[in-house]
Amino acid sequence: MSKVLLEVNELSTKYVTRFHEDVYAVDRVSLKVEEGKSLGIAGESGCGKSTLALSMMGYYFPPLHYISGDIYLDGNNITKMDPDVIRRKILGTEISYIPQAAMNALNPTQKILSFIQDVIWAHNPKATKEEIFNLAKERFTLLGLPESVLYKYPVELSGGMKQRTVIAVSVILGPKVLIADEPSSALDVTSQKMVIKMLVDLMESGFIKGMVFITHELPLLYNVTDDIMVMYAGQIVEKGTADEVVLDPLHPYSRGLMGSLIVPEEGMREQKLVAIPGAPPNLKDPPSGCRFAARCKYVIPQCTKMHTIEMQELGNGREYRCIFSEEELRKAYQNG
Amino acid sequence: MDNGSGSCLKCIDLTKIYGMGRTKTLAVDHVSLEIHNKEIVSIVGESGSGKTTLAKLLLGLTEPTEGEIYFLGKKRDISTHKKRLEYWKNIQAIFQDPYSSYNIFRKIDDVLLDCINMRDGKNISREEKVHMMSEACRFVNMKFEELTNKYPFELSGGQMQRLMIARVFLLKPKILIADEPTSMIDACSRATILDMLLKLNAEEGTTLIFITHDIGLAYYLSQTVYIMKKGRIVESGTAEEVILHPKEAYTKRLISDVPKIREEWDLSTVVYSTE
Repeated sequence: MSKVLLEVNELSTKYVTRFHEDVYAVDRVSLKVEEGKSLGIAGESGCGKSTLALSMMGYYFPPLHYISGDIYLDGNNITKMDPDVIRRKILGTEISYIPQAAMNALNPTQKILSFIQDVIWAHNPKATKEEIFNLAKERFTLLGLPESVLYKYPVELSGGMKQRTVIAVSVILGPKVLIADEPSSALDVTSQKMVIKMLVDLMESGFIKGMVFITHELPLLYNVTDDIMVMYAGQIVEKGTADEVVLDPLHPYSRGLMGSLIVPEEGMREQKLVAIPGAPPNLKDPPSGCRFAARCKYVIPQCTKMHTIEMQELGNGREYRCIFSEEELRKAYQNG
Repeated sequence: MDNGSGSCLKCIDLTKIYGMGRTKTLAVDHVSLEIHNKEIVSIVGESGSGKTTLAKLLLGLTEPTEGEIYFLGKKRDISTHKKRLEYWKNIQAIFQDPYSSYNIFRKIDDVLLDCINMRDGKNISREEKVHMMSEACRFVNMKFEELTNKYPFELSGGQMQRLMIARVFLLKPKILIADEPTSMIDACSRATILDMLLKLNAEEGTTLIFITHDIGLAYYLSQTVYIMKKGRIVESGTAEEVILHPKEAYTKRLISDVPKIREEWDLSTVVYSTE
């Protein structure tokens, strides 16, 4: 087993609303990113994917609050660190984050080069302009971005180019782990492929050692990441390798997600799309027992009677959160 | 693809040029196509290929620079406001962003009532109208009782898009143009919305025109697919022909760019653009 880069242990976080209500967005999530591996997180809107990404960095700002759990980055526990230290010493240099609206992350009034200067000066105030320019030029060439981008304003760049620039800037300080939150959701297929290629290149060339990739598009995750976790209502409901989760999902929710896939492949037209009925529960007051019970086809009374449903381990990192055993679930799926 | 029914919408050499002089942009370039009754058609292209402009031209929201549009075999006439309203009874649209599709000051009841009134419903009794509205809501798996006295922004994106379909159900237009109806919605609600649109086609016989960049979606839904590149239609044919056996290099590239499950997604061929 190779070195574990990022380990999250039973992490729970919440949002506190204006009316002082708690919304439990991430509930006891555990995950591991090994060196040279990428982890995908899938789930529908509002399931807590993005909140998990923010929480994983150990830097909390209202309305997001930490409740419990530990985050180990390269063996160091960062949950107890001072937020200011985390901001200067961890973010950007150890762990980097590409937000969902990455295209709006650039400052419209600054040229890209001056933006990069600000990023670097925030971490290393002694860097000279020349050093920064050389570093930026070197990285941009390496990542297939033309040097001319450095002298441009964000408005002069296309959507795909802006996204690639943001990725290049976010890895400029050489972070070990990169968290990409829906990096390609606003792009068309061609630009999306370029962005993904860039991320895969970064991984393969060893620039970043581990990656967490968040998206609701399963075909994309399947092609990019080694492992996939499926999230539902703040909890992880299934974990496994990409092949296992996409081709042979165990949890009824993951199975439901796979039923809504659309890919341009032969036989797709004959298949019928199956949507999961209903909506996810309100996380202000999460239901006891299985959170998916209200939408599940295979629900039995016990599902909601237990206080919490624990993950069942099948070995090799394969886990799922359901009261049924593997055999019972497989039998139920066979009978439709 | 003729199902024994006639031409519904036809355009010949449709061209739209935006701007003038140095900023002149050719958005739609001599597009000719014919859409039959009850057909499901997809127009696929990258960002900036002119697909939304084509939709606007077909809807009569912008005037074409050149070319003609025939509706039900007759030349389309939307020269006056009255004629335009008459045309819009027959052709409706669902847009990408459900949040900007509604008037935020109007309640959901008013939105739906408008549709009934537009379809000569002025003499219908209040009870009958409520019945029609609840039927429309049932069509999209929503409950009218829960929607009364609410504003559209109190709904989720997927629900708003479904309400849009309920509007179309009440209006019963001949043609529905759906411009990226599911691109702001996650995969799960997407299946629901697509199924409702297909139901609209099957039960009401609405002709569907999908404008999308999602090739998987075009393949799943449509009978006929048109591929657009820089304002021109470069390839057309049945969904099987175009998507499983593409002829044009551009179509092949577009399809190879979509991540798939059973086939390998080759990243090594990617060339970084410099724009």
